Amino acid sequence: MAAPVKVYGPTLSTAVSRVLACLIEKDVDFQLIPINMSKGEHKKPDFIKMQPFGQVPAFQDESISLFESRAICRYICDKYADKGNKELYGTNPLAKASIDQWLEAEGQSFNPPSGALVFQLAFAPRMKIPQDEGLIKQNQEKLGKVLDVYERRLGESRFLAGDEFSLADLSHLPNTQYLVAGTDRGELFTSRKNVGRWWSEISSRESWKKVVQMQKSG
Amino acid sequence: MALKLHGSAMSTSTSLVIICLHEKEVDFELVPVDLFAGEQKQPHFLAKNPFGQVPVLEDGDLTLFESRAISAYIAEKFKETGYDLLRHQNLQEAALVKVWMEVESQQFHPAIAPIVYQFYVVPLKGVSPDQAIIDDNLEKLGKVLDIYEARLSSTKYLAGDFYSLADLHHLPYTCYLMKTTAASVINERPHVKAWWEDISCRPVSKKAAEGMTFGEKCTLKIKALLL
Repeated sequence: MAAPVKVYGPTLSTAVSRVLACLIEKDVDFQLIPINMSKGEHKKPDFIKMQPFGQVPAFQDESISLFESRAICRYICDKYADKGNKELYGTNPLAKASIDQWLEAEGQSFNPPSGALVFQLAFAPRMKIPQDEGLIKQNQEKLGKVLDVYERRLGESRFLAGDEFSLADLSHLPNTQYLVAGTDRGELFTSRKNVGRWWSEISSRESWKKVVQMQKSG
Repeated sequence: MALKLHGSAMSTSTSLVIICLHEKEVDFELVPVDLFAGEQKQPHFLAKNPFGQVPVLEDGDLTLFESRAISAYIAEKFKETGYDLLRHQNLQEAALVKVWMEVESQQFHPAIAPIVYQFYVVPLKGVSPDQAIIDDNLEKLGKVLDIYEARLSSTKYLAGDFYSLADLHHLPYTCYLMKTTAASVINERPHVKAWWEDISCRPVSKKAAEGMTFGEKCTLKIKALLL
């Protein structure tokens, strides 16, 4: 029997939690190896060998060593296609293409402004870094415009890529969780009817509830 | 039925898909989108891509946006023809291609895009490039390229000793960067420089570079529009 895959990083990291959600959806056994970032463990030589940019997560599956959470998720879905949620990355090329399209939209359009807000509103205060009001305002506006596109899309389609929950929706969970549950800017999502409905559905999935539980107890 | 690609040969994102199509030896029709007239924000185009950006691919009933999703779709659909961009027959190699495609998307692109924007797009609005933004992003890009330098001293290309879609994704923005004073960030790093010379000299890369004329022939047209 194959050894569990290994994920290196803290559960509080948005990128780490993206990979954990994917592993749980796919019912793939994993071992989480914590990395203490406040002690600089992610910049130590042993970690840099796995992840040359000194960021979390790093991932190992037997002899394969990977990084970049979205690449790790795609790999997990391809290698373990027959396990767990088989629809997560589509079961035919057209479905997969639509999922990739919205995964790219997440990475290129949603992540930069939402990630900046997560840092400013959730992490900076904990790290005693002064907040930048200008950046907060700018990124709120940018995110609002992206969510306007999502509002229209989610009025036509149950999930971003189609009728099934997919990797594209999953990829949005980490940043949105922080913004809705950990800051006072949740109404960016909840005030938009279709986005609010979608958030409620995707965040109620058992896999995501397990990740949130891991974050609380980690 | 041939594929239709809606976009502009001088746009970095359209060019990325054109290069991929040529490497896979796939026929397609380029349907021009007039970016300077704002065609990409018109309702008929927004119906294809609600984010109002080029390119968009039409393949039968499929309409696809986001250049990296389009190139991955083409490389996968036509995996048996042209150059092997995805290394689909080797799980480990294919996984590393995916990793370095995300590196381009999440590390390289955010640093290089604002530099190219300052050099090429900002002057069209009659404003000088913001040197602080250029310097700030050159520093970020330099740190990313230091990691590339280390990587490329142990492998010939990013994902391994084989050219792949991960390398290809770097072509359009770097092509524009190399025509500016910021080219030094590539030239100062010997392995990065050698890698750039290799990937940009592929016949398909050279052909696409001929279409990347933003800021050249169109400058007069833009000035006319601005007057």
